[in-house]
Amino acid sequence: MFLGLFRIVVKTRSRGDINPYFLFLFNWLSLALMSNEKTILVADRVTKSFGTHTALKGVSLNIPENSIYGVLGPNGAGKTTFLRIVNQITYPDSGSVFFNGEPLKPEHVALIGYLPEERGLYKSMKVGEQVLYLAQLRGLQKQEAKKRLKYWFERLEIGDWWNRKIQELSKGMAQKIQFIVTVLHQPKLLIFDEPFSGFDPINANIIKDEILHLKETGASIIFSTHRMESVEELCEYIALLHEGEVILDGKLFDIKRQYKRNLYSVQLETGKGLKMLSGLEEHFKISDPSFDEVTEQLEFSVKLPKGSVSDFLGRISSEAAITGFVETIPSANEIFIQTVQQKMGNE
Amino acid sequence: MNKLALIIKREYLAKVRNKSFVIMTILSPILIVGMVVLIAYLTKVNDSDKRIITVLNESAFFQDDFLTNSQTAYIEFKSLDLAAAKDSTLNLGYYGLLHIPAGTDLQSVAEKAYFYTKDAPNSLVLEQLESVFSERIRAKRLKDLGVSNREFKEIGSGFDLHTATFEGEENLKGINEIKALIGGGFGYLIMMFIVIYGGFVMRSVIEEKTSRIIEIIISAVKPFHLMLGKIIGTSLAGVTQFAIWIISASALMLVVLVVFGIDLSALEASSQLGPGLPVTQNVSPTAETLQTYASELYKIPWAVLVVSFIVYFILGYLIYSSIYAAIGAAVDNETDTQQFILPIIMPLVLAIYIGFFSVFNNPNGPIAVGFSLFPLTSPIVMLMRLPAGIGEGGVPIWELVTSIVLLVVTFIGIVWLAAKIYRVGILMYGKKPTYKELFKWLRY
Repeated sequence: MFLGLFRIVVKTRSRGDINPYFLFLFNWLSLALMSNEKTILVADRVTKSFGTHTALKGVSLNIPENSIYGVLGPNGAGKTTFLRIVNQITYPDSGSVFFNGEPLKPEHVALIGYLPEERGLYKSMKVGEQVLYLAQLRGLQKQEAKKRLKYWFERLEIGDWWNRKIQELSKGMAQKIQFIVTVLHQPKLLIFDEPFSGFDPINANIIKDEILHLKETGASIIFSTHRMESVEELCEYIALLHEGEVILDGKLFDIKRQYKRNLYSVQLETGKGLKMLSGLEEHFKISDPSFDEVTEQLEFSVKLPKGSVSDFLGRISSEAAITGFVETIPSANEIFIQTVQQKMGNE
Repeated sequence: MNKLALIIKREYLAKVRNKSFVIMTILSPILIVGMVVLIAYLTKVNDSDKRIITVLNESAFFQDDFLTNSQTAYIEFKSLDLAAAKDSTLNLGYYGLLHIPAGTDLQSVAEKAYFYTKDAPNSLVLEQLESVFSERIRAKRLKDLGVSNREFKEIGSGFDLHTATFEGEENLKGINEIKALIGGGFGYLIMMFIVIYGGFVMRSVIEEKTSRIIEIIISAVKPFHLMLGKIIGTSLAGVTQFAIWIISASALMLVVLVVFGIDLSALEASSQLGPGLPVTQNVSPTAETLQTYASELYKIPWAVLVVSFIVYFILGYLIYSSIYAAIGAAVDNETDTQQFILPIIMPLVLAIYIGFFSVFNNPNGPIAVGFSLFPLTSPIVMLMRLPAGIGEGGVPIWELVTSIVLLVVTFIGIVWLAAKIYRVGILMYGKKPTYKELFKWLRY
């Protein structure tokens, strides 16, 4: 615990522009909150190299129980390697992983469901047989697996596929089967690597809803993707991986709060056009203005230090009709880029 | 353990239910029996095709020497000149014309005789004609020397040197070759099995890679278990197929023999009449020699041979099929396997050749001993040596033991290496690996 605290403090120090004392307090608080939550998975300084290439450089993560956790980062950041270690496909060179408080052991595969990025099924095997086989490999009894399969086949409306071969099914159909294979043994931890790549929007939504439903019934979920926008709305926690290191992790809400820059996006309906801004620019920092003459919509961004929002709104409301006013929250992507840039700047 | 059984079951069923596998299993015995029937039929057709040879004999010799037999018929021309005889032979479509000119001296008559044919004559026909001449010439010479035919036959009886071991045990000629052939049969079986079913293992691994199911499976089971299950499942399917082949081929053979009434011994007899074989060898071996051969074959340590076959078969097959599995894991598609397959086929082919050239000549020579100890060739070469027995006069016990120990050690080493390559390879996509890269994977 102490080590974790130390790590966060060291990491936050390097961010520079934010008050370190505030951050210390904030981190301590969130840590205290976290310690109340049970963790399903803890990675402690996990390192893995392939030949001369180091894929993971001391990755430490705490994944709270019954949460949706996003492991985000560009291609080659080490996400898949980390997930393979959690699934005991490969083993770390040093460091350890704890599942449910215990060091990871082979029996845990029955409690973990994994949908890898490179996924597929036996092409010439019948759907029913195939899913039964994979479920049994995960430790499920045949009769129980059959019962649950019936439930899932009905739920996803694919009941008549039992005797068909995968090569006769469309890609979207095969994706549904893969999803069932992943969740059939009712794992406590579900891991999806690039979950929605290759899905059409309808299937993606079906699967998304099913995942959320599983979370409600108590499962913990890890999403790993380089397309951060695709899972951002779903994740409560995120960890950003870059070149084998965790450069940022924690509650997504908190991270976003840290990274917002008091920037607001404003939309006004006014006949005055850009001239209207000249008066405001004396008091506020305004950027990216644009004016649509047809709809008479004036759009711009404004930086509003704490406590100046009502002042600002008061000034403009007397001169124009406010059609939009929203705080600009940075996306995970933006946060990632910003953090990497800061890190590079520090080095 | 339970998971391993599951994998074996799936691999077995996947293989056995495969359409091409089923077709091959059914078709092969039919093809084999069909081939035998075809050969028997063709031999019969060939036999019934009688050659007609005309003889223009102007001399006083060779009056009744050319006798029509099952393959050749002789027609004698009387009072024709050579040109007319040639013409009519050609026009009648006969095989050839034998011209024996007039003369008083047998030797000079024989030397001036000519055999005319459309194309170059068949060597068997020529041999037949030549033997008539030489028989006559020999008889005349013997008569000139005052030796009777009966006396000559007594002189001419062949001589066989008796051979024995120092312990006084009588040896039989050719028995080493026969024994090595029996062992060679077993060795050949191992090689065929490795090449066919090792290839199956490899393709099955490639299929799992290209269908991208591999990572889903190895997140549930250890890669080593998957590899082992695959090898065992595939080989069980192979054993099933072999058993079906042997049983159905023999049953089919029996049916064919009964229904078509093909006499197999006739087939054997005609095949023995290959060119170059001296006619005198047609003398059938006496019952006594046959019995000695039988008792010698009976002396082959069948129990040792069968047990060793099973041991060498299992170890040899596991070694090679795990290499095949590693190759399958390393590549993305079958076309990339060529560069890796050649080096593993080489020792197998080498073993067969070493066996047939070296073990036949000298079952206990340095080459035979060396390659029966070397683990990649020992399953085949040792099995060729074993019918000579173990211990005195055969394979020394220490050699057999060393060979098996070396094989077991290699087996562990190779399977360990192959499993490492397999474990890394199955998760590598889109790369055509080099040997250097495979070596790097060993350290991952």
